[in-house]
Parts: sequence; C-alpha cells; structure tokens
Amino acid sequence: MMKLTLRVWRQKNATAPGRFVTYEAKNVSQDMSFLEMLDVLNEELIGRGEEPIAFEHDCREGICGSCGFMIDGLAHGPKRATTVCQLHMRSFRDGDSLTIEPWRARAFPVVKDLIVDRSAFDRIIQAGGFISAPTGSAPDANAILIPKEHADLAFDGAACIGCGACVAACPNAAAMLFTAAKVSHLGLLPQGQPERDDRVRKMVTVMDGEMFGSCTNIGECEAVCPKEIRLYFIARMNHDLIKAGIKVRKMSQQAARI
Amino acid sequence: METGTKVGHAAELMDTRFDAGIPPGPIDEKWERHRFDMKLVSPANRRRYTILVVGSGLAGSAAAASLGELGYNVKCFSYHDSPRRAHSIAAQGGINAAKNYRNDGDSVFRLFYDTVKGGDFRAREANVYRLAELSVNIIDQCVAQGVPFAREYGGLLDNRSFGGAQVSRTFYARGQTGQQLLLGAYQALERQVGLGTVTMHTRTEMLDLVVADGRARGIVTRNLVTGAIESHLGDAVVLATGGYANVFYLSTNAKASNATAIWRAHKRGAFFGNPCFTQIHPTCIPVSGDHQSKLTLMSESLRNDGRVWVPKKAGDARPPDQIPPDERDYYLERKYPTYGNLAPRDIASRAAKEVCDENRGVGPGGRGVYLDFTDAITRLGERAIRERYGNLFDMYERITGENAYRVPMRMYPAAHYVMGGLWVDYNLMSTIPGLFVGGEANFSDHGANRLGASALMQGLADGYFILPYTVADYIGRTQPDKVAADHPALRAVEEEVLERVTRLLDISGTRTVDSFHRELGRIMWDHCGMARNDAGLRRALEKIPELRAEFWENVRVLERNEEVNQSLEKAGRVADFLELGELICIDALHRTESCGGHFREESQTPDGEALRDDGHFIYVAAWEYTGSLARPNLHKEPLHFEHVRLVQRSYK
Ligand SMILES: Cc1cc2nc3c(=O)[nH]c(=O)nc-3n(C[C@H](O)[C@H](O)[C@H](O)COP(=O)(O)OP(=O)(O)OC[C@H]3O[C@@H](n4cnc5c(N)ncnc54)[C@H](O)[C@@H]3O)c2cc1C
Ligand code: FES
Repeated sequence: MMKLTLRVWRQKNATAPGRFVTYEAKNVSQDMSFLEMLDVLNEELIGRGEEPIAFEHDCREGICGSCGFMIDGLAHGPKRATTVCQLHMRSFRDGDSLTIEPWRARAFPVVKDLIVDRSAFDRIIQAGGFISAPTGSAPDANAILIPKEHADLAFDGAACIGCGACVAACPNAAAMLFTAAKVSHLGLLPQGQPERDDRVRKMVTVMDGEMFGSCTNIGECEAVCPKEIRLYFIARMNHDLIKAGIKVRKMSQQAARI
Repeated sequence: METGTKVGHAAELMDTRFDAGIPPGPIDEKWERHRFDMKLVSPANRRRYTILVVGSGLAGSAAAASLGELGYNVKCFSYHDSPRRAHSIAAQGGINAAKNYRNDGDSVFRLFYDTVKGGDFRAREANVYRLAELSVNIIDQCVAQGVPFAREYGGLLDNRSFGGAQVSRTFYARGQTGQQLLLGAYQALERQVGLGTVTMHTRTEMLDLVVADGRARGIVTRNLVTGAIESHLGDAVVLATGGYANVFYLSTNAKASNATAIWRAHKRGAFFGNPCFTQIHPTCIPVSGDHQSKLTLMSESLRNDGRVWVPKKAGDARPPDQIPPDERDYYLERKYPTYGNLAPRDIASRAAKEVCDENRGVGPGGRGVYLDFTDAITRLGERAIRERYGNLFDMYERITGENAYRVPMRMYPAAHYVMGGLWVDYNLMSTIPGLFVGGEANFSDHGANRLGASALMQGLADGYFILPYTVADYIGRTQPDKVAADHPALRAVEEEVLERVTRLLDISGTRTVDSFHRELGRIMWDHCGMARNDAGLRRALEKIPELRAEFWENVRVLERNEEVNQSLEKAGRVADFLELGELICIDALHRTESCGGHFREESQTPDGEALRDDGHFIYVAAWEYTGSLARPNLHKEPLHFEHVRLVQRSYK
C-alpha cells in the first residue's frame, strides 16, 4: 500500500476564486485506477463532512472523453496514450507528491474543481463536422468503395474522443488538433467530398471565434493525445483550408465576370 | 418514498387494457403495411409540434436528429456535457446486419430466427422481424454519414462472425464500433442543432415525467450546474435513457448509467417489461479489490482465438505455464463441442461461475478463468494476434499490469446489459399515451438474452427508422392541443421533485451514497445474478426494503442544490435503484422457469442447462406500479410463435 500527497485545485463554481488544497491519500493500492484513488479519498472526505472533489468521468475505459485533468502539469498524467481513467497507480511510487488541476484554457472555463466546460467543441462540430446525410437517403453501403488505406487513415482521425487534452497541453490553448482530426476524418472519405471546402472553412471560422489560441506548431497536443492523433492532420487541414480559399476566390472572380 | 418490507406477492391479471398493436398480415409485410396505414403530418405543420427526446446515446441522438430533419421542434436532453459521451460510445465489438455480403447464407429471416432463438423465445416475432429488416438500412445510413467501418483491400466492407453466430454478419470499426456509430449520430444531431431544429440541453437530468389528462406531456429536469428545477412541455416524450445494469453496482456500464428516467415514468403509469431479464457478460476483467468502481469488458471477439480453461484440480495454485495440458480443463470445448469457446453469453457465464464455485477459479480471490492465446499465437504468430486485438491487449495490460501475449488473460463474468425495460407496443409506445421508449431503455426485441452486436442495431433501428414514423403517427392521429404552462399536473410534479431533492439533502446521515449502492449491488449479485433460486430471492426481498429504509434515514449528501453536486446526482439515482431492485427480484421470483439470462436453479435439465417452461411462461411480464413497491400488478402479454418452432436451445 502506498501513501501519496495530493495538491488539488478546489473551486466552488465558475465565478468563485479557486485554490490548492492538500490531501493525504492513504492505503493506495497499485491496482487502483487514478480515479478510484480519488473515489476512495472522496469517501473519506464525505466521512469527515468535507465536500468531495468534483471531477468528470463516465466510461472509465478511455473512450467517452469525459475525464481529464493535469497531473504535475501533464494532461492525463505521465503515461503515454492513456486517459486518466485508465492510468493506474502502479505508475506512481509510495510517497509521491502530485499536483492536480483542471484543464487551463480560456475556451474551457472551470465549472467546479476539476470540471471544465468543453461545449466549444460541440459548436465546432455544429459548424460543419458532419456529412449531410438525412435519414433514409443513403445508397447501399457497398456502392461506395473506399480503399482500405484511406479508410484506415480516416479512422485515425475519427478516433478522437474530444477530451480536450490537446487544448490543455498547448501553450497557446489552440484547438487545431481536435478540429483537424474531424476535418481529416470526413475529408478523406468519398462521402465527405461535396462539403469538403465548406466544412473546413466553417469549422475553422467557428474555432477562431471561440476563445482558442492559434497554432504555432509546437506539438504538445500530439504528445499528450490519449488516442495518438498525429500532427500530420493539422498540416492536412491547413492544406485543405488554403485550397478551399483559392476555390472561393476563383468562384467569386468567375461570378464577377458573368 | 415507500419503504414497505413485505415480500412481493403479485396479483395476476390477464389484461385487455394493453395491446401490443401488432399489425395484421404476413410477417414480412407487417411493417410496410403499417407504415402505409400511418397518419402523416404535413411538413408545414410539423414545426408546431414539440417532441422531447430524453437521452442522446445511439437511440436518442438518432431519433432527435431524424425528427429534427423532418421538421419537428425537438428538444433533446442529456446529463452528459456533450451527446458524444453517452454510454453507447463504449461498445466495442460490432453491429449486426443481414446484408449477406459474405454470401454465407445470411438473410433477414435468418437474423430474425437467430435473434428469437438467442432470446430463448421470449421476444415478439413481429418486432424482431422488423428489426432484422431494418438492419440493412442502418449500415447504409451509417456509411453515408462517414462511419469508418472496417474494409477489405478491395474497398468493400468487412464482416466478422460474432457472439455465437454461424454467419459473418457483424460490421465493425476496429474495437470502437460504438464510438464510431455514436459519433455519426452525434454529428447528425449537432447538424440539426446548428440548423435550429433541435435544441440540445446538456448537463440536464430528467427527474420526473409529467402526465396531464392521461398523456405524457412533459418532463421535469434538474440543471446539473445551477441546480434549477425546470419543466419542459411537449406533444410527445421519447425516453432513450439506456439500461439499468448498474443496479448491480459493479457492471460494465458507464458509471452514470441509471434507471431514473424509466423508473419515474414507471411510477407515473408506464408498465415495466421483464425487469429480471439481465445479461451477464462472460469476459470481463476480474475484480481487483474493494476499491473496484466498475468492471471492464473485454470484447467477446477474443473468444474467436482465445481458449477458456481452468485447472482440473480444485485449489490448484500453480502459475498457468506450470500446469501441464492434461491437467487443464477446457470446459467450454468439453461441454459444448459444436460451439466450444463461442458458446452464447449466458451459457459461457454460468459455466465460469460453476467452475469457480468448484474452487477451480484462478487469480486473486479465485473468481477468474483463463482466456489463453498461446495456441493462437503459435498457429498465427504474435503479429496476427496483435493486429486483431492489439488495443484490447493494451487495455488489459493498462488495467492488470499483465502482458497477455505471455500469460493468459484472466476473465470473470459481469453484469453488462438489460433486456428488460419499459414495456412498449409495436409502435414503441409505453402504456402512457405519448410516451415512447427506444434503445436499451425499452424491453423490446431481445427476449431473455441478447445476442452480441444486436444492441447497437436495435438502438439505431429504433432511433433512425421506427420512432420518426411512430411518433409522427401519434401526433397525426391525436393532434394534441397545447398544454398550459400552469397546468396543475405540472406544478404538482415540480413540487414533488423539489421536495425529494430537499429531502435527500436534509437527511444528513452517516453513510455515503456509494456505500448504499455497493451494498445493493452485492444483494443483487448474490441473489439475483447469474443463478437465482426461491430462497435467495426471498432473502433479497427482505434485505432491499430494509436497505432502502436505512438509506432514507441515514444517507449523507453534503452541500446544497445550487451548484454541481455529484453526491446529490448519485443519491437520486441510487434511491431509484433501491426501488427497481425490488421489482427485479419480484419478477425473478415469479418466473419459476429458466430462460436465457434468467437461470432459476429449480428449473434445469439433468445436465445443468436452462430449462424453459413454455406451458406457463410464454409471455412478457409487464408490471404496473400500484403505489406499493411490494405489490405491483402483473399483466401478461402472451407471445405467439408462428414462424419459429419452439425448441430447447442447445449449443452442444
Ligand atoms: C462495454 C460495453 C460494450 C458493448 N458492446 C456492444 C457491441 O459490441 N455491440 C452491441 O450491439 N452492443 C454493445 N453493447 C450494448 C450497447 O452499447 C448499449 O446497449 C447501447 O449502446 C445503449 O444505447 P442507448 O442509446 O439505448 O443508451 P445510452 O447510450 O446508454 O444513452 C443513454 C442516454 O440517456 C441520457 N440519460 C439517461 N438518463 C437520463 C436522464 N434521467 N436525464 C437526461 N438524460 C438521461 C444519457 O445522458 C445518455 O445520453 C455494449 C455495452 C457495453 C457496456
Ligand atoms: S472516463 Fe471515459 S475516457 Fe475517461
């Protein structure tokens, strides 16, 4: 059994000031997940009449994207390709001191303690992160042939869980990796071609309108992404964006001539 | 809040008040004809009608998006911060469809047949047939949305065989099928949000249903950030709020999955169908200690290449590599030579329990069996295995710290899915007019046992292709007037909800919500889990009301209602589980036969297999809330089998 010292960010609500509070986590077993370690601490806090630490989680299998906070300045903690719900205590040592705080980004205001508001991501998707295919309008699934390599690459983008670690890790708090992953997933598929230019322009416009910073190619996002989404997608999106811009210009020139 | 302690005694009624409404005609024409007979709502009028969709998992997102596309005014609710988080996201294995792309003899009829048989003949033929028909449209729809299903080098869709099926009809997206399907539905939903047809209310939990003048007309919600209790009115209400396997506390479900929405609706008059039909999944990572907060499923597809075994000798504590082959019992292969390691879930789960009960289980605590890939690795090479299951092996290692390429995985069954849910008719409408139920929340198509890869299919069939028609038909037929915002029914429900929230905060007892949940889970697992018997169920029916009474006197929920209060959220859900648990046991007690996931020890064949009692139990048990939790009324919907012959399921 291990003992850890945790400095945890406590903040009652979006407007209240926050502060770090130090807790001792005793009887920590190696087999616990990080969140189970917090569960046990929370049970103890409730027993003492103190408010438990609020954190977001649901699947605890690394797929829903609900969980996420910084451990010693690292989004989702020290283990590569692992969400904090899948991080187990065997990654830590007896006596460790850890600082736990929420994602820090202007676009993700704190809701309470370690919970932040990531609804900006939903708004980016609303702007164009879809293929318009109203129910009932689809042709037979095998009428569309997709080379395996394209399907696989599209999948690598589609694997994003929308946790926000990329934004939290980025010194500029940019949302490029998130947006690029979706733009690439849909843009790599034949079904996604008709809306491709429109999609990238609209999604980037909304992204810029939220409080995210701009990308300066640092690559922290790729380093912390629990789904190992690659920086390559950002380059791809930038390429798409330029192409879409040129097309728009050509079209308006043509329109002016007519 | 009832805390009655009497053992349930069900009044039996052969009911004529509720009717499944199965359309006449040959089974393969029923849905087609029914759609033709439906009332339509003209496009210009649709905007005037408000439809409340609670839940934005596969079923809810698909329904909300499709109804929005049609032009209705849709309001959609979820307690998550985004629809993309719903529990559906965690489904790994795949989704069935009768496409017969493999040319291996699949057909709509075969999928229908397999589903009815797999459900141990306790599902409605007409519903299941429609599900099998719609399965093909689902795949088309999802591909059109950009769901990246697995493909072959030629560019065509790939399939695999799954969960005991003898044809390859399962479509999959790596080990993340649920994620990709949900993202497809989520994106369609967000598109409608952007277009203004759907308003999305995230971090908003439905705490009660408003029934006014005999119809479902609204819901009362709590804003999980501000604590505000609010009402929303509509012309129809759709519940797509998922399953209740978390009544067992430890399950494969997401932590927040709960029964509140359907339980509240039940207490407002919706009958509850087959509550005791719960499914235990055979391959989950075993419990590692008291801190355990949930159980992780390892996809059933692993059983395609992994061999299940335990030592022959009881109490054999040697490490697996030191147990020679002839001292191992590959018990599934031994008992079920035809299906072997691919025996259906209920059978594989019970077999695991049996060997562990004989003290032949492995790992800490002896509740585990090996799933061994050594032979597959020798035969196909580690690379091939890594390609097939790499992400699952990684997940196993993250959780257990063990490398399953070197040592066999350890597995144990866990509560996973519920076939039971609110009773619905062919239109997916509950016994409350205007209240529709889709996805895992309804009792519909899986009978007493669900086949692998069929829940995603059902959720999407309900959401994309059934509810948009049947809800519209209801609106067209009833043309509901607006309810006044000051309707007395509305105020009454709001007050009840507020009173309940206040009461939970005021108890100020000494035990945490989780401790009650764990205790309930243990009672359910011990007495109403993989095997059930009369004495155990009666014991559970004494313990649950006692625990519930203690909960309402001694639970500790700190802080107030005005901000995020996760203990308060949990407390409301656990309070409802403490009531539902009793109904599950009452249902399990009354059904003295074994069928599918419901195994009554009193009813088994000489070699220990589930023995149905078709003479007495070919019906859906639909329970009506009477005001007393211990004395619900039982209504029976008789089931008729005209297209499949009733046989004893055999996977030998
Ligand atoms: C680990 C795992 C793997 C699985 N793998 C497969 C598989 O391979 N193939 C397969 O077919 N099936 C699989 N299943 C089953 C399948 O995933 C589920 O049955 C299905 O996804 C349920 O979908 P749903 O839309 O009904 O509900 P959910 O996805 O559970 O969605 C419920 C929604 O309701 C909302 N909600 C609930 N209550 C309220 C309330 N009171 N107020 C507001 N909102 C509320 C939630 O926020 C959520 O949006 C798996 C299940 C698990 C646990
Ligand atoms: S809780 Fe779902 S990803 Fe961590």
